[in-house]
Amino acid sequence: MTARKRQVHPRQIHLGAHFPGVNNTTVWRDPRAGSQVDFSSFEHLARTAERGLMDFFFLAEGLRLREQRGKIHDLDVVGRPDTLTVLNSLASVTTHLGLAGTINATFNEAAEVAKQFASLDHLSGGRAAWNVVTSSDAFTGENFRRGGYLAYGDRYVRGGELLDLARSYWDSWADDALVADPETGVFARDIGTVEHHGAQFDVRGTGFLPRSPQGHPVLFQAGDSDDGREFGATYADAIFTMHGTLEAGQKFTADLRSRAVRHGRSGDDLKILPGATFVLGDTPEEARANAREIRFQQVGPEQAIAFLEQVWGRDLSGFDPSGPLPSDEPEVTSTIAQGRTRMTKDPRETARAWREQAEANGWSARELVVEVTGRQQFVGTPDQVAQEMDEYVQADACDGFILVPHLTPAGLDEFVEKVVPLLQERGSYRTEYTGATLREHLGLKHPHAARPAVRASA
Amino acid sequence: MSSPAFLGVELDAAGRHPAAWRLPGARPAELFTAAHWRRLAATVDAADLDLLTVPDSFRLGSSNERDQRGRLDAVAIAANLAPLTRRTGLVPVVTTTHTEPFHTNKAIATLDFTSLGRAGWQVEVSTTAEEAATFGRKGTAASQELWREAGETVDVVRRLWDSWEDDAVIKDEATGRFVDRDKLHYVDFEGTAFSVKGPSITPRSPQGQPLVVVPVRDEPSFAVAAAHADVVRVEAPDELSAAGWASRLDQPVLLDVEVLIRRTATEALEIAAHLDELSPGHPPRTLRHLGTPDSLVALLHDLPAGVDGVVLAPLDLPATLDLIASDVVPRLGRPPFTGPASTATTLRERFGLTRPANRYAVGGAR
Repeated sequence: MTARKRQVHPRQIHLGAHFPGVNNTTVWRDPRAGSQVDFSSFEHLARTAERGLMDFFFLAEGLRLREQRGKIHDLDVVGRPDTLTVLNSLASVTTHLGLAGTINATFNEAAEVAKQFASLDHLSGGRAAWNVVTSSDAFTGENFRRGGYLAYGDRYVRGGELLDLARSYWDSWADDALVADPETGVFARDIGTVEHHGAQFDVRGTGFLPRSPQGHPVLFQAGDSDDGREFGATYADAIFTMHGTLEAGQKFTADLRSRAVRHGRSGDDLKILPGATFVLGDTPEEARANAREIRFQQVGPEQAIAFLEQVWGRDLSGFDPSGPLPSDEPEVTSTIAQGRTRMTKDPRETARAWREQAEANGWSARELVVEVTGRQQFVGTPDQVAQEMDEYVQADACDGFILVPHLTPAGLDEFVEKVVPLLQERGSYRTEYTGATLREHLGLKHPHAARPAVRASA
Repeated sequence: MSSPAFLGVELDAAGRHPAAWRLPGARPAELFTAAHWRRLAATVDAADLDLLTVPDSFRLGSSNERDQRGRLDAVAIAANLAPLTRRTGLVPVVTTTHTEPFHTNKAIATLDFTSLGRAGWQVEVSTTAEEAATFGRKGTAASQELWREAGETVDVVRRLWDSWEDDAVIKDEATGRFVDRDKLHYVDFEGTAFSVKGPSITPRSPQGQPLVVVPVRDEPSFAVAAAHADVVRVEAPDELSAAGWASRLDQPVLLDVEVLIRRTATEALEIAAHLDELSPGHPPRTLRHLGTPDSLVALLHDLPAGVDGVVLAPLDLPATLDLIASDVVPRLGRPPFTGPASTATTLRERFGLTRPANRYAVGGAR
């Protein structure tokens, strides 16, 4: 056992439970892998997270099935539910767990989404969180009335206007607007009008709902571009990042906190929560072996080919991934993959670097893909994982993690059973829920605390 | 005299009358909490009613500070109730005028997953300038136009519900494929108001096609009901006009009945008059019954020709609902509904509807 230094008041770790997603992190080949859409799967993960005293459950979204070479991508898990509907149903089988979900700012209207999140916050007693993502692709737009009308540079213009409007709706009823007093006969008064005439929205409406328990749902933001970081520092309560190493995390966290200060906020108003995978074993060797096995489940021969096709920009069916990488040069411009971000900016440079890596290590193409797409962050015994996670938080590389298990629905069971108690022993993780709302779990201010008399912006 | 085949109830916060929140027992401070809706739903579920419906709109509801106003999202309420109920169908209103058909598709399909096959969708349109300005994308339109768009919305949503065949997920080790993409279908819908590519992001739900309920109140809504509904809700001021609509429809027809009952008819009439004094100007939107459990039982045993059941819309909650559950339902002689042996009961099964074949599957359902 590692000797544990107990600090008097170590920084507290916040944990979220990401439902295994529609991507190749999620292993479907394992016989224990359950349904990606049955409610029992969501309920299992949410109950496990709540047993582990986690801050929130997290559900991602994608509004069009991914395609490769003009066909629906069929190698990874496909199919997901409506985010808000699942979160509302989970509110009835949990009592403290925050309920966070991704909803796209481009393909939703302000009044509707404001009403939906306020409803979730009311019905869950203050546990709602909205991960705001922006998108501009015409590919996804084909499923919507508006189509792909949004210029890439307008993503955050729309996101900003949408959030300003949503906040106006959430503030549109004064704190004491709901009177509901049969004696005086007043049900509700002081209900404001919400009005906005901007580039993206030209609307006028009246608030539909009393203020919800959290005032505003907790806002997450995930974009990593400069625009995205500014947007997050301006609007978000929490940032869902992907920065893997401790140093990268520290740099990112410092950057976001300083941006928040520039926007007149405190650095602590922003919780930095990277997505994190983990693999446990009874010994370090066993953990590493488990991790390797999972990686090869995630990257089957077909997935390796599909991944290489995204870099090479052409059809590689028939290619043998147990041999070396393709010998010819990648196409420089290509739209082979739709519905996800292309991961490499210069495919020829990427190919050159990978060939070098593969040759130096004697890797096949598949092994190379396993290595370069590896995102297993915490691999070790429960004690090692607890210690390492704690180090990240104590060093301000982040405020905690959004755990991404690779198995649906039981992928967090072992973590909750084995790692959570060790985090508690270290003094850096709660031993009971002390608050009722997600804002309270995360240590975030109530948005109306500083300005209780706030009225609708006209 | 025969008992009604189908019995549904509308749950509208403290009831359909905007002053009902002032009645004793109304719990007005809790109308926006889950606890309120859970108590109502528990009563409905225990009484084994066929469905509960939750109205919705993007209107505040009233400009009078003395009226009940403000509204939770209806799908959110239904989804919240799904894990806590076992029998009754859950039929939230989702409007079609300003909402994205793709979102409606996945919201109702997901409600079908979380309720284990008890989801329905009541179609509704948004008629007001207030709602149009709230979205700022188009102006108001005549009923004809709004319902034509509603019809297209039901059409595309139904296609999206079929866009995954039931056996699309194959998890085929040999080829490494999770899904058989030949069993996923683009819907390529081109309507007059919108187009949708598809397929849905959500697999086909337990009922295949959740129950589509369409209200009939004029010719344009009738046209959509006749063409697209599984079950029709008729609004009619009297039995004769209800029978008139019903005679033109092939689907199960439920008559909307606004209801306020008490132990004595005098008391019911007095309370209704009191509510109209507190908030005048709310005439009945359909047949209205003020009376006792006895008189309501009599009404339900003598429905107009062609009408298969009712949706009771209590003017006040929970008092009228509690009496319906305790003193009306047990006297209707309804056998407790049990679906086909050893399977879960779906909402479609309650209405005698089978799980439909998938329109895109070769040779029908597999």
